[in-house]
Amino acid sequence: MTTATVAHDDHAHHGPPSGIKRWLFSTNHKDIGTMYLVFALIMLFLGGASAMVIRAELFMPGLQLVQPDLYNNLLTNHALIMIFGAVMPAAAGLANWMIPLMIGAPDMALPRMNNLSFWILPAAALMLILSFIVPFFPGGGSQINTGWTLYPPLSLQVGMSMDFLIFALHLLGISSVLASINIIVTIFNMRAPGLRMMQLPIFVWAWLVTAFLLVLVVPVLAAGITMLLFDRHFGTSFFIAAGGGDPVLFQHIFWFFGHPEVYILILPSLGVLASILPTFSRKPLFGHHSLIGAMIAIAALGMIVWAHHQYTVGMSLAAVQYFMLMTILISIPVGLIIFNYMMTMWRGAMTFETPMLFTVAIILMFSFGGLTGVMLAVVPADMQYHDSMFVVAHFHYVLLPGAVWGLFAGVFYWLPKWTGHMYDERLAKTFFWVHVVSFNITFFPQHFLGLAGMPRRIADYNIMFTEFNMISSVGAFFFGLSHLLFLYIIIKTVRGGEKAKARAWEHAEGLEWEVDSPPAHHTWTTPPKIKTA
Amino acid sequence: MLATKRSLPKYLLALGAAIAGLGGTAAAEEVQRWGVNFPPPVSTTAQEIYDIHMFTMGIATVLLVIIFAVVIYSLIVHRKSRGFKPDQQFHETWFGRWSWVFVPIMVLGVDLTIAGAAQRTLERVWVVPQDQPLVDVKVIGHQWYWEFVYLDHDVTIESRYTSPEEAGIHYLRDVDNRLVLPTNQRVRFLHTSSDVIHAFWVPELAVKKDAIPGYITETWVNIQQEGVFRGQCAELCGTWHARMPIVVEAVSQEEFDGWIEEQQEIRMAALAEAAEEREWDKDDLMARGQSLYNSRCAACHQEDGSGMPPAFPAIKGSPVATGPISEHIGIILNGVPGTAMAAWNSLNDLEIAALVTYQRNAWGNDTGDVVQPAEVKAER
Repeated sequence: MTTATVAHDDHAHHGPPSGIKRWLFSTNHKDIGTMYLVFALIMLFLGGASAMVIRAELFMPGLQLVQPDLYNNLLTNHALIMIFGAVMPAAAGLANWMIPLMIGAPDMALPRMNNLSFWILPAAALMLILSFIVPFFPGGGSQINTGWTLYPPLSLQVGMSMDFLIFALHLLGISSVLASINIIVTIFNMRAPGLRMMQLPIFVWAWLVTAFLLVLVVPVLAAGITMLLFDRHFGTSFFIAAGGGDPVLFQHIFWFFGHPEVYILILPSLGVLASILPTFSRKPLFGHHSLIGAMIAIAALGMIVWAHHQYTVGMSLAAVQYFMLMTILISIPVGLIIFNYMMTMWRGAMTFETPMLFTVAIILMFSFGGLTGVMLAVVPADMQYHDSMFVVAHFHYVLLPGAVWGLFAGVFYWLPKWTGHMYDERLAKTFFWVHVVSFNITFFPQHFLGLAGMPRRIADYNIMFTEFNMISSVGAFFFGLSHLLFLYIIIKTVRGGEKAKARAWEHAEGLEWEVDSPPAHHTWTTPPKIKTA
Repeated sequence: MLATKRSLPKYLLALGAAIAGLGGTAAAEEVQRWGVNFPPPVSTTAQEIYDIHMFTMGIATVLLVIIFAVVIYSLIVHRKSRGFKPDQQFHETWFGRWSWVFVPIMVLGVDLTIAGAAQRTLERVWVVPQDQPLVDVKVIGHQWYWEFVYLDHDVTIESRYTSPEEAGIHYLRDVDNRLVLPTNQRVRFLHTSSDVIHAFWVPELAVKKDAIPGYITETWVNIQQEGVFRGQCAELCGTWHARMPIVVEAVSQEEFDGWIEEQQEIRMAALAEAAEEREWDKDDLMARGQSLYNSRCAACHQEDGSGMPPAFPAIKGSPVATGPISEHIGIILNGVPGTAMAAWNSLNDLEIAALVTYQRNAWGNDTGDVVQPAEVKAER
């Protein structure tokens, strides 16, 4: 055997290093993508456990399980873990896995930074979890009881756990910004020769828009929480009225990040649907260009409507008129996306595998959440909805279908590609139905609770709200349990199952289906030939 | 932290009653159960807000029905199992080429309809009319009670949640002192806060506004109907956020005037009593101190003085309650900055003297100290 042959073979047989080194030092987009997804799954269960305690406490009036401070701590960590621990890393995992495959690139543009942006996450998660549990150690101070919005002056009263939280958010922000820069650079520079921007799959476009949003708004959050830290420890008065500061300033800074954050959570998932719909409708995507335009429009509008989260702080008439109109106008690009997706189904030849079932459910339920969003935008009516359970119902109708289900759909759609095995379709359909039905049982009654006058974020409530809370809690327990089935399906698929073809779905289009299932450790070392349309 | 001692059997009873209530036996005074929409509006602006809510919800419902109808039709007809042949050119028809223009125009039409209708209501709700005299009520949020100052009448009411025994079916929506307001009269609320952000919300009046330290925000109502209307604090304000109810009692102008007069007399009597220059005996101070403590302090420091550490320290056996008297008075008068402990300097000298005496002698804090109003006066 000559050295020349070895050198030549080196490429084909260059597999991953074995053991812990493969993961710790990985610069491979597939391995890092897998780690992101596994991390997100763990956090999903942590955040879900908090939600189960919250719903158990609200099952009936009175304080049965937890004291109010622990309740407030749980609702804060439910939100932060789900947003920063589960949804954002899961979307980043999909991006890592799929963007290089979809654009014909051998890897992400900045592989070592890719490693860094993932490995910051476990440290950040540890910090985040510590912030919720330090109060249980002697001398640990009081619990975080502010909700994820961290409004001062309440957040100035909290003990050292708030400082843990501030640093955890800084780390999470650094991780997101690094990952976003990597994604932007990859999409701009690593496309296969001849693959034009307007030909890119919508999922890639959705992530490009998301990455820009992240780079623009995460530093704003970092600034806000740093000011909070200074107010807490270094004698500044950014948000302290008695020192000439302004408590509402924090809300403006927070929501300047917080509202685009909603689209950061939703856009990647909406992008996934654009891959799934043509496959199972067996016809091309409807309105490829207008989807790209709509996503850019959502990002642009999303950055200038933040104060609709604070209609009750006493803004001027002119200010609330502006925010009301701009917020309502977001229905135009969102409506166009929903319309294009419906028209992709229209006159297709549909089959209903699990990814498609989720997609159809998303179109219906996300529209519902979007329409209650239009109601919330109407300032005078928001005087009633604001900070009530109606808002809780609204954003769960937006974020579960809009963000989480899109990720589930993507996982089922690409799981055969990642593992080389088909998942168990019967179990997956069972999961879908239990999940979606119990979701509606959980959150639909919360609209009624809010309209009838139940505020959000209360651990104990008057007996007039008993019935719908009971229904909601029962739904929530089934909803929570259904995720164990999800976990089982994934483990089962990873361990074995029917062999998946390179093109796992009969009508699937896109470069990711041109490589084997599972793909080799390195793919597209020779860029694919792009046929020009 | 897990498992509270409090009230479980009582709640089970309430729950039993609740379930029995579903059978149809209505008590004399019943809460609205199974409520699915706003409670009936009782003010002019609340009625308009109710109307715009129903209007927007109507449009949203129509749109939702259209989306569901199109999707369900497509799900039934355009499926492979029925042998439907996919239309590969659909996105290239004139409909496919131009829908990006006409869909946004149609949505814009709906948007402007909603915004236009909302605009008219918004102006009336947002701008406080100045052409007639207003009853001004300053609403001050505290952790965790409301203070209402009738600015035109020099009357101040503190409004606290009541225990399950007193409140009955209205628990968490019942208070000791109600906010009494006249009907058919414009009332302006001026909201502010002494500590963290709270929000004043009474659904029947459709009023919700944040009470923010350093800010004065305003809302107004014109209540059309006499009655009792209940609401709650709507902005997370810490531990006992759920225990900040608001109860509005709307009465006729004559009744309101009579009530104001009564409140002024009560206030004068209390001032006169505190100004009496005499030595108060320990038993009297202890009795007054206990009732004040249980209403003002026990939410955080607990009735047995054990507190809820670390957020709310114990008073039982604390170095403050057993140390120098002047420091003890100082903390009550000035609060502790950076914590939930507020400055209680709105209490009069007699009240603070009673509180300090009680805290220094209750629960085994047997200092034997008897603090007189004059000592408090000296510390102010």
